[in-house]
Amino acid sequence: MVKTHVNMTVNGEAVEFLCETKATLLDVLRDELDLTGSKEGCSSGDCGACSVILDDRLVCACLVLGAEADGGNVETIEGMADADQLHPLQQKFLEEAALQCGICTPGFLVAAKALLERNSNPTETEVRYWLAGNLCRCTGYDKIVRAVMDTAEEMKGVSK
Amino acid sequence: MAKVLLTSGVSQQFTDGQTEIDIQATTYRQLLRELDKLYPGLGRELSIDTAVAIDGEIYQEPYLESISAGSEIYFLPRIGGG
Amino acid sequence: MTTNGNGLRWVGKRPVRPDGVDKVTGRAQFGADFTLPGMIVGKVLRSPHAHANIRSIKTEKAQALPGVKAVITAADFPELPSEIEQAGEVVLNFRDMSRNVMARQKALYDGHAVAAVAATSIEIAERALDLIEVDYEVLPHVIDVVEAMEADAPLLHDDLYTMGVEPTPDKPSNVAKRVEFSIGDLNAGFEMAEVVVEREFTTKPVHQGYIEPHAAVASASEDGLCHIWCTTQGQFMVRYYVSRLLGLEVSKLRVTPSEIGGGFGGKTVVYLEPVALALSMKCHRPVKMVMSREEVFRASGPTSGAHVWVKMGATKDGRITAGEAVLKYQAGAVPGAPIGPGCMCAFAPYDLDNVKVVGFDVVTNRPKVAAYRAPGAPISEFGVESVVDELAKKLGMDAIAFREKNAAREGTHAAYGPTFGEIGYTETLRVAKEHPHYQAPLGPNQGRGVASGFWFNIGGASTAALNVNEDGTTTLISGCPDIGGSRASLSMMAAEVLGIDVEQVRPTIADTGSIGYSFLTGGSRVTFATGMAVIEAANDVVRQLRERAAKIWEIDVEAVVWENGEAKPSGSNAGDFEPLSLSSIAATAGKTGGPITGHVSLNAQGAGPAFGTHICDVEVDRETGRVTVLRYTAIQDAGKAIHPSYVEGQIQGGAVQGIGWALNEEYIYDEDGRLENPGFLDYRIPVASDVPMIDAVIVEVPNPKHPYGVRGVGEVPICPPMSAVANAVANATGLRMADLPISPPKLLAAITNGG
Repeated sequence: MVKTHVNMTVNGEAVEFLCETKATLLDVLRDELDLTGSKEGCSSGDCGACSVILDDRLVCACLVLGAEADGGNVETIEGMADADQLHPLQQKFLEEAALQCGICTPGFLVAAKALLERNSNPTETEVRYWLAGNLCRCTGYDKIVRAVMDTAEEMKGVSK
Repeated sequence: MAKVLLTSGVSQQFTDGQTEIDIQATTYRQLLRELDKLYPGLGRELSIDTAVAIDGEIYQEPYLESISAGSEIYFLPRIGGG
Repeated sequence: MTTNGNGLRWVGKRPVRPDGVDKVTGRAQFGADFTLPGMIVGKVLRSPHAHANIRSIKTEKAQALPGVKAVITAADFPELPSEIEQAGEVVLNFRDMSRNVMARQKALYDGHAVAAVAATSIEIAERALDLIEVDYEVLPHVIDVVEAMEADAPLLHDDLYTMGVEPTPDKPSNVAKRVEFSIGDLNAGFEMAEVVVEREFTTKPVHQGYIEPHAAVASASEDGLCHIWCTTQGQFMVRYYVSRLLGLEVSKLRVTPSEIGGGFGGKTVVYLEPVALALSMKCHRPVKMVMSREEVFRASGPTSGAHVWVKMGATKDGRITAGEAVLKYQAGAVPGAPIGPGCMCAFAPYDLDNVKVVGFDVVTNRPKVAAYRAPGAPISEFGVESVVDELAKKLGMDAIAFREKNAAREGTHAAYGPTFGEIGYTETLRVAKEHPHYQAPLGPNQGRGVASGFWFNIGGASTAALNVNEDGTTTLISGCPDIGGSRASLSMMAAEVLGIDVEQVRPTIADTGSIGYSFLTGGSRVTFATGMAVIEAANDVVRQLRERAAKIWEIDVEAVVWENGEAKPSGSNAGDFEPLSLSSIAATAGKTGGPITGHVSLNAQGAGPAFGTHICDVEVDRETGRVTVLRYTAIQDAGKAIHPSYVEGQIQGGAVQGIGWALNEEYIYDEDGRLENPGFLDYRIPVASDVPMIDAVIVEVPNPKHPYGVRGVGEVPICPPMSAVANAVANATGLRMADLPISPPKLLAAITNGG
């Protein structure tokens, strides 16, 4: 099988690898780069557990081919904390118990981060619609939505 | 005497529809033996897939429980969980 | 560092969970994240037919494909006798389980495993599956439960004779079992009634919908020792079931549970685990298997679809005089629908003198049902709570007042038999009535519904170990996978007993080789039952710490007390000693008798029954039939909330699963019996924009059998939502929707025809 030579930046680090034509970005992250924080819940873009940011765009890594991401800049859950400093969203999810089993958590955090980078003051409805591509079966979304809104509130206070 | 209550389903199969039976027993196992003497096969039936409630408390795997005079004993299907 | 009003330092607080950071950083290892050197992959060939005889399976071509290391069929599993036996705490027929794991002679549903391949890559494994030749003789199939009970229905098993009827039928049928519960005199009860409501309901199979698909890695070495790493609700369950299915000694199989990405009952059985191990036993390479989402839908879970008939009568002053129900539950391909609990829970919230419930466990050409939160209960309770609502309306009574008038209390004979001890049902009704939600105004096309729910909660076998480390920190080991925060609640109880900071208790979930037997995580039992083991282990550690302090001080152990994490002389008579902290006793443990560890195995009894009452507001779009949930309040008696945030989370999550069951979720089959919606796009579980905030209100009527009063939380909240939603829709539209889900086309048709 012909493989494609791919270069990309993942969480600020340059990586290069040979990518099978049909391998998705999710396959690449999980199997090639051992970044298993992005989860596979459906492989059809319906659950959002593999949410990553590709060139400032929130995508389901299962819907992007690895080869397509050549030259791209990828941000995953593994790059969200800064050294031992958790991102405010990560901290708020912990404090407010916005996770139960935790399988959807990386996807929600990446998606929520993308939201707050675009809209620092989202309404509850905006949060709910933005996160509608991420499935959670445990929490009923209540604590997740609250944690995202409380983080936005807190980050506003810091940036003032 | 302890009062044993059976589900109507079990009673139709083993006790001719009688759902309340008074039994002299001080332990759960003695109770089963006495029931089996009265109604052959019932003791075995009640030892499979069956929980017991003794005075309101459900025991999923009854065996060593003691029974006092006046105890109310219900045999129930075993309960699982999700 | 202060204690709260009850003198408790940790119980009832909301510390950050001990496994939290790993889960927000992507570090936590779930089932599919595990790898081993030399690992290859396994794939399953699944039946495309709902019902077919398997005339032959030819695997030679697949076997010959380069890269294929093993191919298996049912012939590679021991043929087990059909016997109902007690396996630990559940009762099973391993013949049936074996046939569900790998079809033998017959494929019984679309998606039924018929063969499996292990190969060096997924591509090769998939090509090998295409090369397996299965000669099917397609048979007529039956999907619907009522049709399956008919005399001329296609027969799934020619050796299935209905249990529970006298005499045993002389012909096989699809009805595996009939159960019946009755108390009092039903006819007399209905004669007393001045108002009677009778109605039929149907519910569709719904999937547990965990976001993490089933995954397992199995490795069998040449000396017969085996190890499975998998996502499961019970590592000991996997060990025993797989041992039985493959004829292994239990001691030769070790099972390590991964983090579990949701289960809700769906991971209380085995699917891939025995298949992966059978493949590994053939090729002696570690074999990894992960289900696709499509496979999860076609071949795992779901809960029963059902037909429910309910009749209830009441006097004009609002006293229920009789309740009768007939429940027909689908088991899927082999017997085992949760019909017993379905029957027992149906009328459990009410104090009734005359009750009769008959239930049927019916096989159909669908995947074998698995447990799903309060297995069996939500279905029967949907019917009963809908009828209770109709009765209240006919009587002109408030929905909560009517329930209060008939509510089960301490001393009530439960409709399923035993007498209730202390229970909190009326408390949930009182809190509901007083909640601002219940008085809030409603707009046009809006309606409010109320419904209650019940679950027993269970105890069972649990082991916990608590090791004191050299520096006075502790390691807490449990044998139950943590599915929703039990590491937090268990650590808090240990810290409470030891009087130390919760950060100094580090919990882990151990594999089957590292801790004593523990029944699986399910039935809302871990914080209750494993919690009891933890508390006893911590008490044992405290006893030992006092003994060590007594030795150090050369006084009698009775003269040493343990307070706030320190040993102290019990009074001035005992002597004048500076308190000894846990860390200082730990530091000298070697000199005073060796390591300090607590280890407790028990079989917890005394689980406390729990009730919930939900209030739901909906708005109905009369143009489209779409129902929007506007506001939702879920009140539940938790006994005692150890970590209230995770109790609220269980309540909120259960409520939203129930909303999905009520409004969206269903399995759709084509006329050939193939599942048409095996994916999250078409099997639509609620998303964030579908639901409002869920106001979870915890009521605490302590369970007297637990040291802190825990009852268990996770099951009850899925019981009320279906009827709470349906009752709200009835109040918004005047239409009684008795068939779930209340999807837009169905409701629109009802509005058009009757509204």
